[in-house]
Amino acid sequence: MAEITYREALKRALREEMQRDPTVVIWGEDVVAYAGGGAYGVTSGLAKEFPGRVRDTPIAEEAIIGVGIGAAMGGMRPVCEIMTVNFTLVAWDQIVNHAAKQSHMFNGQIKVPMVIRTPNGHGRTAATHSQNFDAWFAHVPGLKVVAPSTPYDAKGLLKTSIRDDDPVVFLEHLQLYGTRGEVPDEEYLIPIGVSDYKRRGKDVTLVTWGRMTMESLKAARILAEEGIDVEIVDLRTLRPLDLSLALESVHKTNRVIVVEEGWRTAGLGAEIAASLQEMAFNDLDAPIARVAGLEVPMPYARNLERATLPFAEDVIAAVHAMMQKQY
Amino acid sequence: MDKENLVALYRQMVLIRVFEDRAAEMYAKAKIAGFLHLYNGQEAVAVGSVSALHPDDDVVVNYRDHGWALARGSSARAVMAELFGRATGTTGGRGGSMHLVDVKNRFWGGYAIVGGHLPLAAGLAAAAQYLKTGRVTLCSMGDGSTNIGTFHAAMNWAKLWNLPIIFMVENNQYAMGTHYDVHSAVPMIQKAAGYDMYAEQVDGMDVMAVREAVCRAAERARKGEGPSFLDVVTYRYRGHSMADPDVQRDKAEIARWKERDPITRFATEVLLKRNLVTPKDLNDIQKSVEQEVEDAIEFADKSPEPALDTLYDYIYQQPVRNMQIAGSLIRPPTIAKDIPTNGKHA
Amino acid sequence: MPQMGFDMTEGTIAAWLKKEGDPVAKGEPIAEIETDKTTIQIESFSSGVLRKILAQAGQKVPVGQVIGIIAAPDEPIAGAPPSASPQSASQPAPEASKSNAAPQTEPRTQPAGAAPQIVHQGRIIATPVARRLAEERGIDLRYVKGTGPDGRITKADVEAFVPSSPAPVSKPTVSPVVKAPEPVPPPAPVAQAAAPAAPSVMQPLTRMRQTIAARMVASKQQVPHFYITVAVEMDAALALRAQINESLKPEGVKVSVNDMVIRAVALALRRFPNMNAAFTAEGIQRRDYVHVANAVTVEGGLVTVTVRDADKKTLKQISQEMAALAERARSNKMQPGDTGGQTFTISNLGMYNVENFIAIVNQPDAGILAVATATPTPVVRDGEIVIRTMMNMTLSGDHRLTDGAEGAQFINEIKRLLENPWSLVL
Repeated sequence: MAEITYREALKRALREEMQRDPTVVIWGEDVVAYAGGGAYGVTSGLAKEFPGRVRDTPIAEEAIIGVGIGAAMGGMRPVCEIMTVNFTLVAWDQIVNHAAKQSHMFNGQIKVPMVIRTPNGHGRTAATHSQNFDAWFAHVPGLKVVAPSTPYDAKGLLKTSIRDDDPVVFLEHLQLYGTRGEVPDEEYLIPIGVSDYKRRGKDVTLVTWGRMTMESLKAARILAEEGIDVEIVDLRTLRPLDLSLALESVHKTNRVIVVEEGWRTAGLGAEIAASLQEMAFNDLDAPIARVAGLEVPMPYARNLERATLPFAEDVIAAVHAMMQKQY
Repeated sequence: MDKENLVALYRQMVLIRVFEDRAAEMYAKAKIAGFLHLYNGQEAVAVGSVSALHPDDDVVVNYRDHGWALARGSSARAVMAELFGRATGTTGGRGGSMHLVDVKNRFWGGYAIVGGHLPLAAGLAAAAQYLKTGRVTLCSMGDGSTNIGTFHAAMNWAKLWNLPIIFMVENNQYAMGTHYDVHSAVPMIQKAAGYDMYAEQVDGMDVMAVREAVCRAAERARKGEGPSFLDVVTYRYRGHSMADPDVQRDKAEIARWKERDPITRFATEVLLKRNLVTPKDLNDIQKSVEQEVEDAIEFADKSPEPALDTLYDYIYQQPVRNMQIAGSLIRPPTIAKDIPTNGKHA
Repeated sequence: MPQMGFDMTEGTIAAWLKKEGDPVAKGEPIAEIETDKTTIQIESFSSGVLRKILAQAGQKVPVGQVIGIIAAPDEPIAGAPPSASPQSASQPAPEASKSNAAPQTEPRTQPAGAAPQIVHQGRIIATPVARRLAEERGIDLRYVKGTGPDGRITKADVEAFVPSSPAPVSKPTVSPVVKAPEPVPPPAPVAQAAAPAAPSVMQPLTRMRQTIAARMVASKQQVPHFYITVAVEMDAALALRAQINESLKPEGVKVSVNDMVIRAVALALRRFPNMNAAFTAEGIQRRDYVHVANAVTVEGGLVTVTVRDADKKTLKQISQEMAALAERARSNKMQPGDTGGQTFTISNLGMYNVENFIAIVNQPDAGILAVATATPTPVVRDGEIVIRTMMNMTLSGDHRLTDGAEGAQFINEIKRLLENPWSLVL
């Protein structure tokens, strides 16, 4: 078992699925030529390995998604890369009105087996280029939404997403591409809609996903030295939402903090908190708390950007507040 | 084309005309709700186009889609039942008037977001090209669609990848109530020039002219010569939809276009002129079509509404684990257990 | 009407110990209350004069309803304050207020003597899990101090509460229908032949019999019982007991066989924590204390009395405590804390000359030990038939919680302790 990056894990998933199924293609902006393949290097080298199957497209996200939907309707399994999640806004009609609705509105006559790969994230790129739309996608029936936190999950989930017969929005994260983790050499799949314990503990349950899983793990290591034992549930899939482990965990710990990167109001954390209190009210020993991004358009300045985003120290502060009953 | 096929074209146009008139009546009687966009006046476009395509070519159109569905082979019963919102409709009452789909005829819909279906059509063409199926995609749109981003994105992409697709503008000259001169900066045909795309302007009130133009474009596509652009000039006799009082158009203008009615013209200039039919034959066709549509209305009226427990069908292709269905009418709002969400799956 | 048990919803005034006009001191018994289990003396929470008796002897009164008014001799009082519902009553209000006892102005009374302090007046702020836990354990949250914000009671507060004070068991619960296993202090489950009634006379069920019936049915329906019997050679224990009692004679203490069994069981429970656990819907609840309940026969049925922290008490202490407990039980003078809260139960029918019997698990315990009569029996020792005083014991175990192997080891540990009785006193 080798330790590889999140980026490399994604590429391996793409390669394996392209080898397996000739109808799998990769279309997106700068997935072939630019910097050897992909603005963030995920597809680098694949165009050479699979001639004619990895294609650069115009900068026209509505067409990248729309052409992908049509190709999926026509019998292919396109993986459409949208360079960053910010640009999906241009294609929102295609994603919500078409990808998500084809199957249901047309009574099962049409299916759309496509993957929309795109990274959330930030990196001193200011408001239009530093966003997180997890909650937006998770809101839409008909979409599946996946947000892996580790190289292992990224590979297994991307392979499953490509094989899935529904449109999958696959949310990567700019800050995770370079992170490393163990990934088996042999093939494996991770089912969509199944959450995962990333750490077992007894004192507080952190329900999280994506980059915040890693921040939560950092926080857990520090908290453990103080004798606070947190349990981390990584949702991995944001729609359909699997809260079974979160429920199991809160039954044990009686305390929950939902940790998300995006804006707090009407965020996914609000949905998770609401669902957990509906289903596990009698298990709660404290109000469900949320750690979330501050609700401002992301500023460029280093200190302001950092202040806007949640990090491990915010998780630690929230756990302290909960353990000290400051709520 | 032999006599039989020509008469069939005529009958299809009459069917669409009668169907639309009766649909308007049913709308007035509140059997049909929501938006109802009628095709009167444009019958030659759908009928002529479909007659030029192979049965397994792909057809993608906008929300003024009844004529297209009927021309492509959906039964009057299924289309009327869909307008009525019944389980026996083309999409089981899910889509309604604007979202007719009949994939067995490779009729892919029925899209109600202006311009939204153009990239999809390009995608179908891309699949045909990649999978080497030899299919051609016909993508019809209104003139109002040619100003939106997806139009240009799809045109550019189709030309860039040399896709086997026909972009057909059903240029009835009005985007809802806004005249072409008000909504477009350049003449329609020039829009193809920007993408160096083969283009023709076609008389949309002449079914044979439409047919021939589509034949040429399809032939080009099949030969690998790429996309075509057809500016099919036509006119709709009714307002944009049943909700449109149609006060903005000059009554004289409507009357002028009706003088060029595609059904009358085809009957007089082709069928009668060439002695292919007698006036009695045409009368029989009219009667038979009226009977067919009356039957469709009775069928639709008697058909059941879709069963409530099909509400979640086909949201996903396979049962979804642990799905939250908040506020469901059918299932309680808090569902923690594993439950299959769908009764049926594709 | 004070609430004197977690499952008490109403009580009957058995007798007034004071008349109207009698002076009453704080802590002084003022009336006897009959509940479904027992008769309990209630004490005044304040000093003054019993100005008015509102519920007469023999009257059945819901918990929380005012039964009498104690006030200063010259204090104006209302004639008959309206009753408060048990749910809205925020304190047990055994009698009434020193001042005008209008329902809005709750009687400001203090618990008498060492009785637990009511911490919360009015609405109780507690977390959902704290409420659930309290209900499961029969703890009245009014007595629990909350450490959360604004005094909110948390799970930890409820958990910390249990082992300390004699738990103010409480909360009127629903009638004793068959319910999920809940840690309740029921009368000991003892298979006992009821005195045959005249065949044609229908005797109404007493409250005690109703309670016993509900508890035993629930246990038999919910608990998968298994049984293990061992024979214990009691000669050494009986000899030691004689010695101990000889030495304790001046103090008037007499250790019984049952006291030795309690001690042996308590020590064995320390070694087998799973047998000291409770089966709950959420899982197996280990308890870090050993409270051994004993079935005591009383008129019309039976009750259990609990020797708390039996593993930390000497035989002498156990003996003294049991004697007092049994006396209070038989004379209907049980106090809060005398019953319930056990981690294990013993039923001893030794005095009834039985060879062996099996008992029904007292939920939520892991098991119950049925102790039969010690009797001279021919046994084989070193290849020879000899006479020894043998006593059969049968463990009934809850198979959801424990298994035969553990049960066998546990009961053999009790046997070992009784057969090596010095381990009980060392």
